[in-house]
Order: sequence, then structure tokens, then C-alpha cells
Amino acid sequence: MNMQVNMVSAINNALELSMKENDDVVLLGEDIGRDGGVFRVTEGLIDKFGEDRVIDTPLAESGIIGTSIGMALAGLHPIPEIQFAGFMFLSFSQIVNHAARYRTRSRSSFKVPMTVRTPVSGGVRTLEHHSESPEALYSHIGGLIVVEPSNPYDAKGLMIKASRMDDPVIFLEPTKLYRLTKQDIPEEAYEIPIGKANVIKSGNDLTIITYGTMVHTVKNVVEKKKVDAEIIDLRTINPIDEQTILASAKKTGRVIIVHEAPLSYGVGAEVSARIAEKAMFELKAPILRVASNSLPYPFPGYERFYIPNEKKIAMHIDKIMSA
Amino acid sequence: MIKEVFSANIKYMQIMDEKGNVDAPLFPKELSDQKLLEMLKLMMLTRNVDAKAVSLQRQGRSATYAPSLGEEAVNIGTAMALRKDDIFVPAFRQHGVYIARSLPIHLFYLYWMGFEEGNVMPPEVRGFPMAVPVSTQMPHAAGIAFAQKYKKTGNAVVAYVGDGGTSEGDFYEAINFAGVWKAPLVVIIQNNGWAISVPRSKQSAAQTLAQKAIAAGILGIQVDGNDPVAVYKATSEALANSPNGPTVIECLTYRMGMHTTSDEPSKYRNEGDVEAWKLKDPILRLKLHLANKGLWNEKIEEEVSNEQKELIDKEVEIAESFKPDPRSIFQHVYSFMPDVLKGELEESEANGFWEGE
Ligand SMILES: Cc1ncc(C[n+]2csc(CCOP(=O)(O)OP(=O)(O)O)c2C)c(N)n1
Ligand SMILES: [Mg+2]
Repeated sequence: MNMQVNMVSAINNALELSMKENDDVVLLGEDIGRDGGVFRVTEGLIDKFGEDRVIDTPLAESGIIGTSIGMALAGLHPIPEIQFAGFMFLSFSQIVNHAARYRTRSRSSFKVPMTVRTPVSGGVRTLEHHSESPEALYSHIGGLIVVEPSNPYDAKGLMIKASRMDDPVIFLEPTKLYRLTKQDIPEEAYEIPIGKANVIKSGNDLTIITYGTMVHTVKNVVEKKKVDAEIIDLRTINPIDEQTILASAKKTGRVIIVHEAPLSYGVGAEVSARIAEKAMFELKAPILRVASNSLPYPFPGYERFYIPNEKKIAMHIDKIMSA
Repeated sequence: MIKEVFSANIKYMQIMDEKGNVDAPLFPKELSDQKLLEMLKLMMLTRNVDAKAVSLQRQGRSATYAPSLGEEAVNIGTAMALRKDDIFVPAFRQHGVYIARSLPIHLFYLYWMGFEEGNVMPPEVRGFPMAVPVSTQMPHAAGIAFAQKYKKTGNAVVAYVGDGGTSEGDFYEAINFAGVWKAPLVVIIQNNGWAISVPRSKQSAAQTLAQKAIAAGILGIQVDGNDPVAVYKATSEALANSPNGPTVIECLTYRMGMHTTSDEPSKYRNEGDVEAWKLKDPILRLKLHLANKGLWNEKIEEEVSNEQKELIDKEVEIAESFKPDPRSIFQHVYSFMPDVLKGELEESEANGFWEGE
């Protein structure tokens, strides 16, 4: 059986299935209980599973992640929610110093099975710190898995997979995509593999590598321009799917990487470096990156000047095709 | 052997009750009728500015907004106690403090319309921009207070935090540092009963939030946060004592509106509770008090309201005439413009990435 759902309902459904499947799965965070989360991702779960498994915590991110790590060390599988990615920095020490290192520090005798959910990215005109795209920061930390779905189907499959894993997963949910589209997805549990990118459109003239909010912007541009582009949605940011990236780069010989996070030291730099190292002589043009400028995310009145728009992506496509 | 090595208690203060009656021996003498009228007008102005901000958001003329409806006494009571050069460090629901400190109101609206330029404040305001990450402003406040002591300015710092904010590590670290340094800091806990949907009872097992001061070795008191006179008095006394060290003042008030314009309180709270708090309204009790003295009536109220609404409309007009310049998001990131950033700016301008947006 299938169901027509948006990303909010897809994640909600994945959480419900994970909690049914495994009694050790608990949810905790700010406003996730009665309120159902500020984006309603945990809506109704407190009624189904009770306050012991859907916990409204005090307002303290380091506390949420620190206690989640403790729960995980003691055999539970916590799925903490951090209300917005900008506030996850208050728990950065716990994530970097402990979640990422417990396994290697103890040579796998301790583990931290935990899925940290948080909304990311902008485009929804909200207050300062509510629109961050921190995927590169977490991907720089060995020991963390970083995923970012761009559609309901992937969101559910990645969440189910994460909840069955023994690793800390940073699960980034683009706010703008929560209710953007509905998709027909299976009602039962299914997994999307970690570390596997998705070729969402095959093509021969160029490769566009993207993820998150920009998947939709890129799709629109490619449709309008009628270019024969191959579009890759990374889905997992770390560990990166080098195989899929290199195969496509070698096939088309032209690569553009598009993301909403700032340009400097971003995911685009990592992808570009790997292609340069391993497929340089098969390229027909220099690799291009389209990203937000290397700035703090501005207040909402300025975000339309900040996020890469269709025009910027289109111009880069023209540039690489004429090279 | 076993013996008591420490004990403490927390006091609660109310001076003006819900009917506007005052506890005369506690009433601060410096609060003349003139001052009380000023207090009332400032609370009314705060409420009117707030209502306009909500309506602007509802019409799509401003971004998400956090209303301060019902919490005016905490902001005006504390702000009026500040001495001319004292400094305030807000969270994000201290609208009345900015207003009492004469922040041009169009800047307030400009901030909530989503422009950093709203944070360019005249220095006389002697306040800092709102801090959206809860409680992260608290250690700054302790540092600012340290700097006052270091530079012997004689000024004190008043910092604001919500009930939810007292759960963050930053809150504890701030009062602990300030205690160790005996810094001239007054911490106002604006306890409005809620942190979005989470009630005060779920933030802490402690009976009062004021008692958190005790663990930091500093003074703590709880006041009726809808009584502007008690708030004023507690703040004045804490400021006077600030050369000896910090004080925490927990003000008990109530968030009468939604958390922000994105919030739906009926999901998690009983509207009956809100009704009960209407009787404790801070503006209502001051009006009753002044009316009893023959200093307030419907006619005066109408005049004051109309005057304030006119002012507000003008200020909104100024804010809405603001034209954002996309270059400004590049120009203030560093004290200089790095070449790389200059290149990104020039690329955006040359290719017209901003046009047609
Ligand atoms: C560090 C951090 N975590 C979460 C949030 C999201 N958030 C904004 S306000 C708020 C509740 C704040 O409650 P309280 O401190 O009582 O202040 P109030 O909103 O009641 O004025 C939350 C959870 C935030 N802004 N910052
Ligand atoms: Mg509160």
C-alpha cells in the first residue's frame, strides 16, 4: 500500500514505525510532545507512545544531546530533535567531543546509536539563526554520518535506516521542503542506504551535483533550459558517494556543484577536489560551484539576495557549456 | 557529626495589587504621580507598538514576531529603574525596554521586518541587539558587567532571560562568573510561564527560579511581574547594591499571546488560564490606581491612545520606506573586505544575480 505524503508526514511515519519496531527508540527535544514540534514532525506521537518515549525536555541543547549520548551508551536509541540547526551549536561539544569519538576512543566497545534531527536551510523568511546550512561543519567531523533528504521518499527511508544503525547520524531536514511537495510512498518500513547518492535524472552533457533545497531549484532550471544534464542528489553528505560522482563526471566531462550553504570550505569544495584528483583528465571544462556567498546567513529581508537563484544556476550552466 | 552549614530563603514582593491598591510602607517614595503616569503611558505604548507588529506580520508586511502582550510591567518597571548610563542586554521579548530607552520605533519595526539596519541604535539607548539563541546573551552580560567594574564606570548591567532560558548552561555560567567577579549585574528572569509549549513546571524541579541565585552565591528575589511598582523597586535596589555584586530578580508574569506569530497556543494550553491572568493585567492595575487618584479617565486614555497610534503609524511608514541594498550583506562581515569576498560581490553585481528578484 502507498500513501500520498509531504516530508513532515513521511518523517513522522518513519518515527512511528521505528518506535513500534524497537522499544528502545525514544524521542526527546523542545516542544516535541503536546505541541508536536514547531514543524509538527512529531505530531500525535505523544498520544501513541506516551510521555516516557516522547519527552518534552528543558530548554537546553547541550543537555538534550548529552543525555541522548548517555541514553545511547546505555542501550537506547534516542532520536533527539534540535528545534533549529542554528541552536545545535549549543550542543557542538557533545557532538564533536563525544558522539563522534566514543566508538573509536573505545575501539568499538562503546557505541552511540543516535539520530539527531534538525531543520536546516532558509527560504522561508524567518528570524536570525533559523536558516543555517551546517552540513559541511558536521561532515568535517569523522565519526558522524550526515544525511539530508530532498523529498518525502528519501526522508522516510533514511530515517528508518538511521534508526536501525549503531552510529550517530546527523539528520538534516530542509525547512523549505517540509511541505513543498507530496509524494506516493510505501506505508511500510523501507531503507534508503547510507552513503549512496541518487541519480535523479540521467543526462550526457553535464553533471549537476546537489542536495537539499537546491535539488528543486536545479530541477526547475534544467527543465526550463532543456539541457541534457545528469542530476545527482547526494542524500548522504558524509560519507560521500565518490563512485557515483566520479562515474558521472567521467561520462559528461562537465560538473557543476550546487548548494545553499556558503561557498567557501563547503561541500562543493570537497566534491570538486575529489573529481579534480581522480577524473581531471576526463573533464572538458573546469568544475564550477554555485553556492550562497561566503557570508553569515542574513536577516530575512536580505535572503533573496543570498540564496542561489535560478538565474545564477542558469548562467553557470551556460558558462560550462560554452567552455 | 552533622550540622547545618548553609540555609537560605527566597522572598516574594508585591506592592500594587490587582485592584491598584498599594502596600504603603513598601511604596518607593521617588515614584511620584508624574512618574506613575509616565509608567502607564510607556506600558500602553509598548502594548500598542506590539499590537501593530502583530498586525503587520498578519498582513505579510513583517517577518515572524514575538509579542510581549501582558509582560509590559517587567520591561517598563525595570527600564524606569535604570540610571541614565546603565546598560541593558535583552533576550528577544523586551520590547518595552527599547521603547522606554527611546529607541526610535521605526528601528524596532525594521528589525522585525527582517533588516539588520534595525540594530543600528543610537548610543543613548545603551542596549544591545536582541539575542535569538536563548540565554546566549547571559555570559555577554556578565562580561559587560566585568568591563564596567574594570573601567570603574559606576554603571550597572541589566540582563534579561526567559523562564526557559534559565535551563541553558549559559545562564548558570553567567551568574556564576558574575558572582565570582562580584560584577555589577542584575539578572531579570522574565518568567511568563511558558517556553513555547513547555510550561515552567517542566523547566526545573526548583520551586522558584530566583533560588538559582543561591547556588551562585548571589542575591535572589521573586516579585509580582505584573506589578510595575514591585518590579521597579526590586530593580532599583539591585542596581543600588550592584557595586557589591549581582542580583537575580524573578518576575512572575504571563505570556498572554502566542509565543510568536508562527505559534498556535490552543494546542497546548487552556484558554481559561489566560482569562484568569487578564484580571492581573499590569496596565489595568495601574490605570485603576491612577483613576482612584483622579489622574486617569476615559478621556485621557483616548487622547493618549490616539497620540500613540499616530506616532506608531508614522514610524511604520518610515520603516516601510527602507530600501535594502544587497551590498550591505557583504560590507559588514569583517573590518575590511577580503579579496575573495570582493570577488563574490563583483561577480554578483556584474552578472545581475540580484535583478528581477
Ligand atoms: C538556544 C535556543 N534554543 C531554542 C530556541 C527556540 N526557541 C525560541 S524562544 C524559545 C522559548 C523561550 O522560552 P523563554 O526563555 O521562557 O522565553 P519566552 O519565549 O517565554 O519569552 C525557544 C525554545 C532558541 N531561540 N534558542
Ligand atoms: Mg517564557
